[in-house]
This record gives sequence, C-alpha cells and structure tokens, in this order.
Amino acid sequence: MSIASTNGHGLSTAVPVATHAKVDTAGLAEKVSIKNLEFFYGDSRALKGISLSLYANKTTAFIGPSGCGKSTLLRILNRMYDLYPGQRATGDVIFDGDNLLRADQDINLLRARIGMVFQKPTPFPMSIYENIAFGVRLYESLPKAELDARVESALRRAALWDEVKDKLNANGQSLSGGQQQRLCIARTVAVKPEVILFDEPCSALDPISTAKIEELIDELKQDYTIVIVTHNMQQAARVSDFTAFMYLGELIEFGATETLFTTPKDSRTQAYITGRFG
Amino acid sequence: MANSSLAGSNPLYAGRRRRNAIAKTLAWIATAFGLGWLILILGILLFEGIGGLSLSVFTENTPPPGAAGGLMNAIVGSLIITILAVVIGTPIGILAGTYLAEYGRHDKLSSVVRFINDILLSAPSIVIGLFVYEIMVAPMGHFSGWAGAVALAVIVIPVVVRTTEDMLTLVPDTLREAAASIGLPRALMIMRIAYRAASAGIVTGILLAIARISGETAPLLFTALNNQFFSVNMNQPMPSLPVVIFQFALSPYEEWQKLAWTGALLITVTVLALSVIARSLTSARKSS
Repeated sequence: MSIASTNGHGLSTAVPVATHAKVDTAGLAEKVSIKNLEFFYGDSRALKGISLSLYANKTTAFIGPSGCGKSTLLRILNRMYDLYPGQRATGDVIFDGDNLLRADQDINLLRARIGMVFQKPTPFPMSIYENIAFGVRLYESLPKAELDARVESALRRAALWDEVKDKLNANGQSLSGGQQQRLCIARTVAVKPEVILFDEPCSALDPISTAKIEELIDELKQDYTIVIVTHNMQQAARVSDFTAFMYLGELIEFGATETLFTTPKDSRTQAYITGRFG
Repeated sequence: MANSSLAGSNPLYAGRRRRNAIAKTLAWIATAFGLGWLILILGILLFEGIGGLSLSVFTENTPPPGAAGGLMNAIVGSLIITILAVVIGTPIGILAGTYLAEYGRHDKLSSVVRFINDILLSAPSIVIGLFVYEIMVAPMGHFSGWAGAVALAVIVIPVVVRTTEDMLTLVPDTLREAAASIGLPRALMIMRIAYRAASAGIVTGILLAIARISGETAPLLFTALNNQFFSVNMNQPMPSLPVVIFQFALSPYEEWQKLAWTGALLITVTVLALSVIARSLTSARKSS
C-alpha cells in the first residue's frame, strides 16, 4: 500500500462514503433498518449518516478503533442514551416497521423487546433466582410453577443452570465474573426479547469464560437477532455473520463477515483488520 | 545487616529514614493526644456515672432538689422526641437525596439545594432551635414536644439528604443501565435496584443522624424545654435527657449532679452503640 497520500494512521481521510460490499440478501429478513442516523453528544456529532440493516437470526458485529462510535450506535438501538441529558439521535431506525426513534416511543416496552448485555457483568443486588424472575414479573404475571420453569430455561439457555441449580437463593453478586455475565444473559433472555445487544461482553472475562459466551451467542441466534460490539477482531470473525467497520463516527464498510475480513473494499478497513492501527 | 549498611552508605536514603522516623513519632504523639482525651472523658464518665446506675433511674421521675429519683420521664421524653424527629426527617431526607442523585443530578436546582443542604448540615443547632421557636413556639404560645421533634428533624434532614445522595451516587450507572435494559421504569429501578444496592449506606446515615440528635441540647431548650413530671403529651413541654443533664449538672444539688452523670453515660453508650452498628453495616456492605 502506498503511504504517500495518507495521514498519521496510514489512512486516507478524504472519502467519507461507506463502501458497502454486496450483501446477498436472499433468504434474509430485515429486522432493524438504520437510515441516515446521526447522533450528538451535546453539540458534537458522534455518528455521521449511518445506514445499515440488521438481519433476523443473524449476528452482526460492530468493529472499529476506540471512539469510532460502535458502542454509541449499539446504545441507540435500545434508546439507552435517553438516560442521559444532552444526547440525541436523528434519522430513522425502523424496527419491525416502527421508527424506534420517535419521541412518543414507549421506551420501557421497547427495551423489553431489545435486550442488552453489558461490558461489565451487572447482576442485580438480589438472589440468582430473583435476578431472572424480577424482569419476567415486570411484564407477565405467571404462576409460581411457570415462573420457576422460565427461570430454569433461561439459566439453561445461558449454560449456567448446572452450576447454580443448587444455590438459586445465593446472591447473584457472589458468582464469578464469567458466571455473572451468563446470569446477565439469562436475565436478558428470560424477558423474551427479539433482539439482543452485546456491548463488548467478554472484555472483562478470562479466555475460558469468553469461549463459553461466544458459544452461547452462536446458539442464541437461532431465536434472536444479535448485535455485538467488540474490540476483538478475531471474536468478530468467529461469532458474526455480518460485520460493520466504523471509523471516526462513520460506517466505513459493511458486509458479510467472511467477505469483509478476506477481501475488504476500503483501504481503512484493510488497515484496521490487518492490525495497522486501532 | 544489608539494610543498615545500605542506609549508612547512602546519605540520601539515611536522611529519608531519619525524616520518616520523626514523622512517625509525631503521628504517634498526635494519635495518643487525641485518644488520650477520649479515654479520659469516657473513663470519668464511666467512673462518675456507673455508680448512679440502678433500676430506679429507669422507673422513677426526675426528683425535686434534695430527694432521690430517676430519669424515667427524661428517657421517655427523649425517645419520643427522637423517634418523631426521625419519622419526620427521614422520609424528607431520603426523597430529597433521591432527587439529587437520580433525577436532578445535573440540574441547576440541584446544585442550589446541595449548597443549602451543606449550610444546613453545619448550621449551629442553637440557630435551628431559635428558628423553630419563632415558627412554632411563639405562635403557639407555649413550649411543646412537637416543637422539639421538629427542631431535631431539621437537624436530621441534611444528614440523611447527604448520605442518601452519596450512597445512591456510589451505585454504578451500569447497574441503572442494566435495570433499564430489561424495560424497568425509572421509579421502579430506584425503588427495587438502587435503594437495595445502597440500603446499608442509607441506614447508616439514618443511624448517624440519630446519634447526632440524641445529644443535642440547644435546640430543645428553645422548643421542648423541660418538664419535671412524666408527660407523653406532645402539646406540653417535654423532658429530655440532654436538657435534664444540662439543668442538673449546673445545679448545686448532689443528687441532681449524680443523675446528670448517669444520664450522660446513658446517652454516650447509646451513641456509641449506634456508631458501632453503623460501622458494622458499612463494613458488611464493603465485604459483600
């Protein structure tokens, strides 16, 4: 590659247009469609004209160097930014035909349909059982037996049941980091969302726990649409069907993961995935 | 030894060691000085107070000069006024603290409230007594237990506001986001998640507030005043331990002075117990 006309990162900054690889959309259902999305922290624009689709029962990874806006983009999908003053988004994010950015959107119901797992495990200060039952009770009044069954199936889904079935009344915060993260996944799954957002779910975990979570993500996509933000390109390559590479608030390239990692269209994508910066 | 030979061979290091030794000694002296007074106070209190401690202290009312008696009316009065002050002050304090930490963290209003609360926190309690005298005792025309409870409540509020806000601020935002991410409305998140995570700290704040008011004398002198007799009528002047101690300790009668020592011992033990409980709650929270 020529270094001559590039900046310090070895990147050309001239062309802000995303190169979309041709995505073979045959047999894919569009779950979320993002169009011309812009995001602002106060006056500073963090996302610039993002457009992309998330497909049902597929895993989409957002990758890019720190500060590129990948977490910001993820947190728009469940309106998490609403918790903080001075943050706003413009554009369209169509979720099952409904623009989830509209002002009168019922945010709590939306978040029950689009769940999220965070970077650091965040069990609630209550028992393992309650951690999961708590969210279920918010939207459904189930008889005790059914609730028990729901808790068990959620814990099985998260591959945690065998480790905790004898201590469901123990505090959720007494588990190890990897177990806590799986508890959070179980908690999210128990509410029966349609989309699950993972915000760097393994960055605080050891390699064995990471492998377990990745395996889980792979299984979960049978029933859910998955979006994962990750710093780890190998992880994106392992778990995702589609990958979006972002840089400085722009979507640089979006395409099937295999294509994007083997034959990137944009020189910046190439530079990032070959480890030249980021 | 390797250490000393090193110290001897390096003048910079030897100097640092010397300065360290001096600083350490000064720190020890300062600690001993502070603790010495505390031990002296507790020792004298125990020595003077424990002799008067008997069942009659709890079963008999404050005596007229020259007669034997107890502190029952003062103890009961103190309990009623303190409990009422906590009942009035705690909900207000927790609600205000919750607003500051959860809803108005970045508001202009919050920084004003926070500033005023800090002033209230360090306001001399005699000023609070005078304030309640003006707004309650003067219009009502007489001293009363209610006025005493309100005066102490005004002292409770800023303590509880401060600790509630601080403890809720310590609850990580990630926990709030996690609660929101399963569709939990904000009010429920605060009640079911944030309060639970901060409960030990908030209770500690309330206990410390109780400890703070149980020894307050000045605000009660202007509000509840005192009563030689047993009274649970909140509309009447009401006796309390601190005021009785104040009155009896300054009196020339030996029986009264003795009861004052005993009352002081009772308050001290109560405050000490509350502090120990508060301390153990805090450490339990840290270790969990």
